[in-house]
Amino acid sequence: MSDPVIRHYGPKAYSDHPPFSYPDYRSTVLRGPTRDLLTIVQTLSETTGPGPVWTDVSEEDADLTMNAGTGEAAIGERIIVTGHVLDEDGNGIPGVLMEIWQANACGRYVHWRETEFPAPLDPNFIGVGQCVTDDDGQYRFLTIRPGPYPWGNHPNAWRPAHIHFSLMGPSLGSRLVTQMYFEGDPLFPLDPIFNSAPEHARDRMVAHYDHDVTEENWALGWRWDIMLRGKAATPSEGDGQ
Amino acid sequence: MTPIGETPSQTVGPYFSMRLAGVGENILTTRVGRIVIEGKVLDGEGSHIEDALLEIWQAGPSGRYRHPDDTRDLELEPDFTGFGRAATDFETGQYRFETLKPGPVPDREGALQAPHISLVVQGRGMLNPTFTRIYFSDEEEANADDLVLRGIPESRRPTLIAELQRGTDPPVYRFDITMQGEHETVFFDF
Repeated sequence: MSDPVIRHYGPKAYSDHPPFSYPDYRSTVLRGPTRDLLTIVQTLSETTGPGPVWTDVSEEDADLTMNAGTGEAAIGERIIVTGHVLDEDGNGIPGVLMEIWQANACGRYVHWRETEFPAPLDPNFIGVGQCVTDDDGQYRFLTIRPGPYPWGNHPNAWRPAHIHFSLMGPSLGSRLVTQMYFEGDPLFPLDPIFNSAPEHARDRMVAHYDHDVTEENWALGWRWDIMLRGKAATPSEGDGQ
Repeated sequence: MTPIGETPSQTVGPYFSMRLAGVGENILTTRVGRIVIEGKVLDGEGSHIEDALLEIWQAGPSGRYRHPDDTRDLELEPDFTGFGRAATDFETGQYRFETLKPGPVPDREGALQAPHISLVVQGRGMLNPTFTRIYFSDEEEANADDLVLRGIPESRRPTLIAELQRGTDPPVYRFDITMQGEHETVFFDF
């Protein structure tokens, strides 16, 4: 019987992440744990994860301008969003499943719970996509720049334009759901979700305009790299049994 | 710009079900012999959370994970990934998984842990994922020897144990997650 590889991931950088409770974002107050987390030793249950088994995506899934299945293109500012998914040594991580969802160009989500905001839907835009990072850890989406949208957290509250990203890395411990924002958004200082992240780490959620990514007569380019927890250190002797 | 540290976590928000936890993602198998795990996610006032996202990751019945690191010569269940996602129901707050009961997985020393399923809880109003494990009430002996469970004060251990409901086929285990308060579920750092 062959020994399993039981990696050891370094500790999660809690100081780079939001607190569980951030009262300016009201609904966090009753929904985050208040007791200390229990530290456990990593076993296969923690060092493996669903990322590597889920690779059933097609190239069309990464094109949100056309993937509504209508044969027509979505309306809005066409953009390319690309970058690398990195481990904490800065090495690209291949095979990471990335799933995204977002509002349309008007700030409207295609979701039954969105009933308050009188912005139009686009029949040619469903606002969801997915891809898997390539051998260098690179990803690329073609989509529509989402609009800002209002929410009920406080009077006249508006979310800065953002795209939701879900990443399945190589282990359960590297699971990340985050949001990508656009450089220069005037709503940043007003948004409690953006500001729930510690100040030193907020810029890591912000995509930057990159003219080298922009394609002539086609789409504007945005670059955003994502760093996941862990460097998947080579297991030391005796780690496997 | 290359980041110099972990990208911060953000909430999945109210619209995650546009992409995550789609139809059928909570049914890991339809095989005879499957089990059901169901329950609710409760907030600090005991109200059910109507927009939580639950993700499970588990070994198959042999105890082997479908993952390149798990190279053990044990059977892998065909068509069973060990991964599932469910959203809580907006009206009832209930979630449900149909899956196979996992076999035991070794710890770092090679001793077998009690059968368990890893669980990640997220939702609107949750800025970070929380991690815990689901153990099984009909594995008393294995649970008593399990290192993780033994590291938890006895009064809090029940928060990690799914209770087998008698007389149902397939068998149903009840597992509620309590985010805060006296009965707060034990959440892990690892």
